Amino acid sequence: MSILVDADTTFIIQGITGREAVNMARECLDYGSKLVGGVTPGRGGRDVHGVPVFDTVKEITSKQRVDASVISVPPAFVRDAAFEAVENGVKLIIIVTERIPRLEVAQIIEYARRHGARLIGPNCLGVISPGKTRVGGVGGAAAATRRAYQPGPIGVMSRSGGMTTEISNALTAAGLGQSTAVSIGGDAIIGSTYAELMPLFEADPDTKAIAIYSEPGGPMDAELARYVKERGTRLPIVAFMAGRFMDEMPGMRFGHAGTIVEGRADTTAEKIARLRDAGISVAEEISEIPGLVKQRLAEVGA
Amino acid sequence: MRFYEFEAKALLAKSGIPTSRGGTATTADDAARIAGEVGGDLVLKSQVLSGGRMKAGGVKFASTPEEARAAAAHILALEINGQAPRCVLVESKQPVAQEYYAGVTFDALAKLPVAIFSDMGGIDIEEVAEKHPQHVARVHFSTFQPLQEFRMKELVASLGISGNELTALTRIMTQLAQTFLRYGLTLAEINPLARLEDGKFIALDAHCDMEEEARDQQAAVLAELGIGREETRQARPPTPFEIKGAEVDASDHRGVAGRVVEFDGNLGCVIGAGGGSLTIFDALRKHGGRPANYCEIGGNPSVKKACELTKLILSKPGVEKICVIMNVVSNTRVDIVARGVIKGVIESGYDPAEKIAIFRIPGSWEDEGFKILEKYGVEYADRTVPMSEAARRAVQKVAR
Repeated sequence: MSILVDADTTFIIQGITGREAVNMARECLDYGSKLVGGVTPGRGGRDVHGVPVFDTVKEITSKQRVDASVISVPPAFVRDAAFEAVENGVKLIIIVTERIPRLEVAQIIEYARRHGARLIGPNCLGVISPGKTRVGGVGGAAAATRRAYQPGPIGVMSRSGGMTTEISNALTAAGLGQSTAVSIGGDAIIGSTYAELMPLFEADPDTKAIAIYSEPGGPMDAELARYVKERGTRLPIVAFMAGRFMDEMPGMRFGHAGTIVEGRADTTAEKIARLRDAGISVAEEISEIPGLVKQRLAEVGA
Repeated sequence: MRFYEFEAKALLAKSGIPTSRGGTATTADDAARIAGEVGGDLVLKSQVLSGGRMKAGGVKFASTPEEARAAAAHILALEINGQAPRCVLVESKQPVAQEYYAGVTFDALAKLPVAIFSDMGGIDIEEVAEKHPQHVARVHFSTFQPLQEFRMKELVASLGISGNELTALTRIMTQLAQTFLRYGLTLAEINPLARLEDGKFIALDAHCDMEEEARDQQAAVLAELGIGREETRQARPPTPFEIKGAEVDASDHRGVAGRVVEFDGNLGCVIGAGGGSLTIFDALRKHGGRPANYCEIGGNPSVKKACELTKLILSKPGVEKICVIMNVVSNTRVDIVARGVIKGVIESGYDPAEKIAIFRIPGSWEDEGFKILEKYGVEYADRTVPMSEAARRAVQKVAR
């Protein structure tokens, strides 16, 4: 099994005629994903690598099941695109676009919640369940994706799209495939946090352990630590925390929009201490992750 | 992007929140003139984007224009945490009966705006929340529905406040939330919010933050406040090197190759992407390296941008070599970055084999990229070499 997506997941790309989206469509098709349509207002009737393009989401959803939509439109158009997908019954919205104002992200999430839809991102590369499907740009070209991602027992969650692949690649090289890897997005407010995805991984019998990439800024690590402490989890978790140097530079923004040390609670030192206190292993380097995962798996006899 | 106090107060005043009478001055004479116009007891405050003004001597009181002139002269000459003041704010000093805290920000876990109110104002709200949690009330509100005033009433009333005070504070909390939503802020804070001896309320100090992402949408109000695009309002002003980096990044819309932050070291960094840069920077420092800069490349930048970025970094005095490291890339093409970086090194008058300490970017189009690197004799590493190991090899090639 997997979480969020599987081999049957049908999806569309909103903004499919954009330069990056055209590449993404090609890569998804090559990987075997069920990309059933695309939307670009004014471009209805064309096709992108054989995928039909429509003016509206409704034209697709009125004729067939659409499980997910990947939104890759310029920042100013993202909110409306998300509303359109949600309104037309799409239950999984993946926003690739970055630089969306926080207020609009909050509005998208509020709207999605009211309609029972889930948001991944924004500012993410999407979701992959190796060997089954990938929804979004995660992994890049299909051949490169197959090198970095292999099916297996590890659930991956990462605030960085690139590091989703780096970590999965390190796991794959060590013989540890992935059940599902989720690029959750690097913004200050994101649709699905580590703690919100944990119940999904716990409900997936194929997932045996979790690997996480995190960064300074935001309360998502604290939320995960609290989740693990209060509810417990059958899944051993190994985390890596980047941006340790930022502790010395409060108020400076590096990397993603959400990555800024604004208070004591945001520092990597605090975050690492909190994660360890919850029983989460924290790797000093990416290359240590596979070893720590194996060690934790052996401890629980998995 | 943080606003100066006088700007934050201007934003609040636009929503109807009462602020003190006064104005800003950049000279002592101007301050004396404003003091004469305002009259009575005065407070003069340094306008810097830094806390701790009071402690640093950046806040002074005066009763006459002459005293105001002397206080302003002192404040305008005073650097606070390395920042020279933008100007001095001269305001009427108010007789305060009680201080409150009023704030609105985003709760990243609830994913909603949250209004925070306390009847213990004038001190750091985090400290109040820690030591006197019963004096802090919070309420989340929708980003969709028209702002519901009753929620703010419930918020204020939950601390046992009633009568005229409740009515006045409800209005101010509502206006603050409106300011927050209207201007796409990430923080709108009045601390202290004062009840004066005559029962009126006034925002004595204010702090507003706007994120970079909202600046385009808020161009009108930013123009009204006189805040140009060049004002980054980071923790420190951008250096010329950083401004040039932003120019390289803006030169075309293809991908990212810029977002540089300047440091003192000897190892130039052509690194990416968002998370990868953080990871690599940590690794370089861990191995004893002295990075000359932070930067981000990603999203498949053009050859030209990668080239110009490389030239910029190599032009920085003290840079001995550059390292080119990224995580396993998806959409960025290895061959394009390789071509751009090599072009930049050659155009700077150096030999790529000598100047590039290591090139470790595996992923899309890596075979093509590695071929180019081999041709120029550049040491490169594939995905079997961890990022940290690549960083270690780079550090080894330059002086510690």
